[in-house]
Amino acid sequence: MAGKLNFSLVSPERELFNGLVDQVDAPGSEGDFGVLAGHAPFMTALKEGPVRVYNGGAVVTYEVRGGFADVTPEGLTILAEHAVEAI
Amino acid sequence: MASVKEMRNRISAVKSTQKITKAMQMVAAAKLRRAQNAAQDSRPYAQRMASVIANLAAGVSGDGAPRLLVGTGSDQRQLVIIATSDRGLAGGFNTSIVRAARQHIDGLLAAGKDVKIIAAGRKARDQLRRLHAQRLIETYEVGGNPSLTVAEEISQKVQALFEAGEIDVVTLFFSEFKSVVTQTPTARQLIPAEVAVGAPPIDLKGAAYEYEPDEAAILSDLLPRNITTQIFSAMLENQAGFFAAQMTAMDNATRNAGDMIASLTLQMNRARQAQITKELIEIISGAEAI
Repeated sequence: MAGKLNFSLVSPERELFNGLVDQVDAPGSEGDFGVLAGHAPFMTALKEGPVRVYNGGAVVTYEVRGGFADVTPEGLTILAEHAVEAI
Repeated sequence: MASVKEMRNRISAVKSTQKITKAMQMVAAAKLRRAQNAAQDSRPYAQRMASVIANLAAGVSGDGAPRLLVGTGSDQRQLVIIATSDRGLAGGFNTSIVRAARQHIDGLLAAGKDVKIIAAGRKARDQLRRLHAQRLIETYEVGGNPSLTVAEEISQKVQALFEAGEIDVVTLFFSEFKSVVTQTPTARQLIPAEVAVGAPPIDLKGAAYEYEPDEAAILSDLLPRNITTQIFSAMLENQAGFFAAQMTAMDNATRNAGDMIASLTLQMNRARQAQITKELIEIISGAEAI
């Protein structure tokens, strides 16, 4: 598997996460999906649910509601209407 | 000339005013820092949103394009949203926004367009109530800190009006926060959506974008959000600009109060000196008379 994925999670108020991670799982409107580094470009609407960020064995979960995931060769950007870090 | 006691009272009055303006200046400075951070933190979202829309907009055109993007094809019925602060004491901050908006409105009226106005902020309402009372359809209050909830409320109102076919073009007026000393009144067109021309297209390295569900569905979901985002970021920019303007205004007021105290003190000393001299003359001439 090649390298790490550049991931950023932004909400209208602030940027919640920006950095390199191993994998991100997100709730797409047509079904959950996982993104690794080098994923084909794609864009999807998100439904309400958890976004899991895997990095070096650690998992951080964010709850998002409404928004978009945008996968480009540069990485994954999630624009979330509402996002909070789940405890 | 006023008596020494009167002058002393005036000086102490000016001094307490100075204390108030000084305190307001420091409060504004502290709040400015927070508002500035909030405005900066909201920029990544707005920028990504703009570049995503630009990307999508390039793909859809013609009859299938959403009306929020291309408009209704008319510009007869205009909606002007004017975002200001709720409070005053910030120099010409609100006035300059409203003045810019008013010029725009006057231009539209002169061209025979129908104009509706939404005031987002108490000061906009106060200043427009006199001239454009019958065009003012709604007022919102920004509250202490700009919240996404208010932005969503305004955005939904705008979309409802647009869906009902009551408006064709929507323009938003706010003050762009350039720096602590410069805030520029800015107009931004919300409907039809202004596509950022400068946004760099994303290099896909030959691969084709895949859309889920599909381009049109995503775009029609994204455009309403974009309106909310634009309004929200305008409110944040306003907030930062407002505190900067207030800080500057209060700094000036503090300095003016200082100048006033200095000149009043000088006058008071002169008056006191004159009185002493007068009393001395009276004593001396009294002594000579004996």
